[in-house]
Amino acid sequence: MADAAKPAPAKGGRANTKRELPEHFKAYKHVWVAVEIEHGAVHSVSFELLGEGRKLADKRGVDLAAVVMGDDREALGKAAQDCFEYGADCVYIACDPALKHYRNETSTQVLTDIVNTYQPEILLLGATNLGRDLAGSVATTLKTGLTADSTELAIDEDGSLAATRPTFGGSLLCTIFTLNFRPQMATVRPRVMAMPEREEGRTGRIVEFTPNIAEDDVVTKVLDFIADRDSDTAALPYADVVVAGGRGLGSVENFQLVKELAQVLGAEYGGSRPLVQKGWITSDRQIGQTGKTIRPRLYIAAGISGAIQHRVGVEGADLILAINTDPRAPIFEFAHLGIVADAVTLLPALTQAFARRLRVTRMAS
Amino acid sequence: MAEMEDAFDAIVVGAGPSGNAAAYTLAKEGLSVLQIERGEYAGSKNVQGAILYSDALEKIIPEFREEAPLERHVIEQRMWSMDDTSHTGMHYRSGDFNEEKPNRYTILRAQFDKWFSAKVKEAGALVLCETTVTELVKDLTGRVIGVRTDRQGNPIFAPVVILAEGVNGLVGQRSGLRPEIAPESVALAVKEMHFLPRETIEARFNLKGNEGVVIEAMGTITRGMTGTGFLYTNEESISVGIGCIVSDFAQGEVTPAELLEAFKAHPSIAPLLEGSEVKEYAAHLIPEGGYKAIPQLTGDGWIVVGDAGQFVNAVHREGSNLAMTTGRIAAETVVALHRKGEAMDGYTLKEYERRLEATFVMKDLKKYKGIPGLLDANKATFFGTYPRLFSQAMQTWFRVDGVDKKTKEKAILKSFRDSRSLRGLLGDAWRVARAWR
Amino acid sequence: MHIVVCIKQVPDSAQIRVHPVTNTIMRQGVPTIINPYDLFALEEALRLKDRLGASVTALCMGPPTASESLRKALTFGADRAVLLTDRYFAGSDTLATSYALSMALTKIGEEFGTPEIVFTGKQTIDGDTAQVGPGIASRLKLNQLTYISKIVVTDLEAGRITVERRAETGTQVLATKLPVLITMLEATNEMRRGTIAQALEAARAEIITWNAADVGIEDLTRCGLRGSPTIVKKVFAPTARSEAAEMIAAEGTMDAKARAVVDAIFGRAPGVEDDLTARALHHYV
Repeated sequence: MADAAKPAPAKGGRANTKRELPEHFKAYKHVWVAVEIEHGAVHSVSFELLGEGRKLADKRGVDLAAVVMGDDREALGKAAQDCFEYGADCVYIACDPALKHYRNETSTQVLTDIVNTYQPEILLLGATNLGRDLAGSVATTLKTGLTADSTELAIDEDGSLAATRPTFGGSLLCTIFTLNFRPQMATVRPRVMAMPEREEGRTGRIVEFTPNIAEDDVVTKVLDFIADRDSDTAALPYADVVVAGGRGLGSVENFQLVKELAQVLGAEYGGSRPLVQKGWITSDRQIGQTGKTIRPRLYIAAGISGAIQHRVGVEGADLILAINTDPRAPIFEFAHLGIVADAVTLLPALTQAFARRLRVTRMAS
Repeated sequence: MAEMEDAFDAIVVGAGPSGNAAAYTLAKEGLSVLQIERGEYAGSKNVQGAILYSDALEKIIPEFREEAPLERHVIEQRMWSMDDTSHTGMHYRSGDFNEEKPNRYTILRAQFDKWFSAKVKEAGALVLCETTVTELVKDLTGRVIGVRTDRQGNPIFAPVVILAEGVNGLVGQRSGLRPEIAPESVALAVKEMHFLPRETIEARFNLKGNEGVVIEAMGTITRGMTGTGFLYTNEESISVGIGCIVSDFAQGEVTPAELLEAFKAHPSIAPLLEGSEVKEYAAHLIPEGGYKAIPQLTGDGWIVVGDAGQFVNAVHREGSNLAMTTGRIAAETVVALHRKGEAMDGYTLKEYERRLEATFVMKDLKKYKGIPGLLDANKATFFGTYPRLFSQAMQTWFRVDGVDKKTKEKAILKSFRDSRSLRGLLGDAWRVARAWR
Repeated sequence: MHIVVCIKQVPDSAQIRVHPVTNTIMRQGVPTIINPYDLFALEEALRLKDRLGASVTALCMGPPTASESLRKALTFGADRAVLLTDRYFAGSDTLATSYALSMALTKIGEEFGTPEIVFTGKQTIDGDTAQVGPGIASRLKLNQLTYISKIVVTDLEAGRITVERRAETGTQVLATKLPVLITMLEATNEMRRGTIAQALEAARAEIITWNAADVGIEDLTRCGLRGSPTIVKKVFAPTARSEAAEMIAAEGTMDAKARAVVDAIFGRAPGVEDDLTARALHHYV
């Protein structure tokens, strides 16, 4: 639906006008990170945000705070300590049985209440499924601006948050401000910001916040949670290593070579859209614009030409190796490593080479 | 009600220039028209630059200049004979082409076809996109009474089906109305769009405002195959392409893409494209068999228009004007029969062919009917020997190297005679003149 | 049951070009398509219609030309199409967009029955924000169900729905009350092809067109650029990655090439080697 990134040229017009911040927003101060906890574990994006938030807070000369929500006070205390060690000065803890699982309804209400009570000037969330689910509701409830999927955060000369994000599938970048509303909200995708150094033993202030919710009033119930490790469905978006095949493999039998390499690497496997259309793979393994977006540390693309639809789904990978017979294939324009070879003959050799290498390093360690 | 609605006065297959001309004319005259297009929208299968000839469109939509998406009006035509490193050119540029109602425009087909399609809808035709006609429905006598599509459901009926399905349309072929197209009657052209800021284009081609240039080139660029290269200036892009007869490609070692790469790298072309951003590579077929390749055009309940009927003047690189004209005249014929309440059979629809005979379409195609055969029989000469000779002659003539002009003249004449005997030269001249007549 | 599917007409990202000089999007000649993510929402709505006999309304906010996308939605099998169009909507960010759409949804409810389910796609391919769906849910107090991979049970009588939702590390099974807003996860279904009768009907159909006043928007400062708290100050092209892929030019046997590839990967990402080793332990020991 609509995009926050208005493609209108930014020259002149009202886009550059800076009105005075309304009086009631002037009290809004400090940089906050809404910490993402799922099943007791803090998502690494929250620590990355604390690292980035620290820089913003220092630039503004304000505090960095974290908000943690859940039902297990002990676990929240542990998460709070993590937050301090990753740079937070203050942690708001909201503990309530109704916050056991993430639910939009409860989290939106609690986070909105904390924001309205303590009034931060900047509120950052991870651009994960959870963060995007929550940020949209919170921003709408607060009637403030939100810049989704930012890739760069900075403080402008006048002290406002400058959030830069890609638009039109990465063809353009735009820098977005929320000048006249508070808090200024932004989400940032995992692994975009660097993980900060952990400062062991660092502490800070804890503020307990008593949520005004009761489970009986909550309409949405969590009936079950099927963790990915307990299911055989593809967990492509979260895999660290992904091996994928394309039309260049020639036949469904050859796609087996992709699976074999994936198995040796403990990786997820997937494929480009044509393979779904051919019925070689199921649609939950489709990688690309209308399939899954992946952000692995290593992505191996075998026999995939690299059309834009595929590109936008994989370019968040840290390292992309492309195997293709055509040296002019577009995939070589955005892969980091490339080899001109027939994937059908290279893949088995690669599987062997990886297996040998990993055996050696394992014995060495 | 549903059954009633599935019958129309006419069905048009295809939404290119000929189909749109036909559907527009029919709908404007009040007939109920269904137009069926394979692509996602009209023009989606044709993303490239082209030339629009005003006259043909003016006869359909007189005020088209006010609203159609036009790129530049052509004020300069360059005809080039090329060898591997040079070109010999004839340029015609005239301020007269900066007239109030310019004669030719460069257009981007995707946008133009979309506009034309919107006009068709405005006129009242029903347009179905992303729908492929799979077969013509015939009654027991073999008369065409409707179409079947690739969508689930009943056939749709109409007393006449206008086939504007393009050069490679399968409906007519599959239904046995026209033969499969012969590889020697069709050219394969590959094109690219090169984007450049408009100021750059205007500076490079010496243009002001919406003025445009067209370059047509023949010579060694087609490696001895029958074909031409071309370049059109659009508002913020340049269309560049090259095409050769399919049967020539079939024998050769060179692919169309390689040919285009070489053409773009030619020292006469490369500087014109420098620094551009390439987008959209497309290939399409152009019927170039000329008059002799025209198939049967009418039958019981059907008419063929546009590329499907081989209506392209390959010598003058005209196509869309013939397409629009045949589409319009087919529609006018159908309207007249409809008004009189007459049957649309092979006999009455012959009126379409009679009307065409009286227009430039048939006259021009007849005039050049010998050209395709002539070129095919003398490929090596026309697309290799002569362009090389011209270039050598020019080089000899213009290079100042202490050799006197008389000796140069002799050398040039000798080079022609060595490559092509005097009889050969005279014979070529005679053959070209005869084919041109 | 009444289902509304919100769709957006977007430029086909495969054909987007950025003007080399002005850094603006060159829209001219770029074909528009229904946002691909919205098709998963529309198909899911049509499946519910097949199962439970719902009526499906497609809603689109955009320029008048967006009626083409709505017509396509009708071809797929939607029963009704509403175009929300007004020049005052130009420049809307997610907050202003969700405002306008929620007003249109309220009007749709009044005219054609309150929808039990409002669908949107996961996000768009041009904006990529994934924020308009949640915005609509917040405004209309719909129970918000984002990233839904499966609709398990729809119990109209009890007014309840059970769904599977893609969470970060697994799948949540959620039960809630209707009305809901569902943003459908990608690759969860395959869009159907409408019948010839649907296609003909769609070609003839009248697209219901409403402007701001029609949907009861009186305060125009809540729309478009003025109603958008976010302000785009700068638009620029990303610095092109300086180099294309480093090509591994290994000679010799396939095994030698494979070794060169492995060396190149671990040379660039030593951390990955450690991880893989740990993983290999897990798998093979």
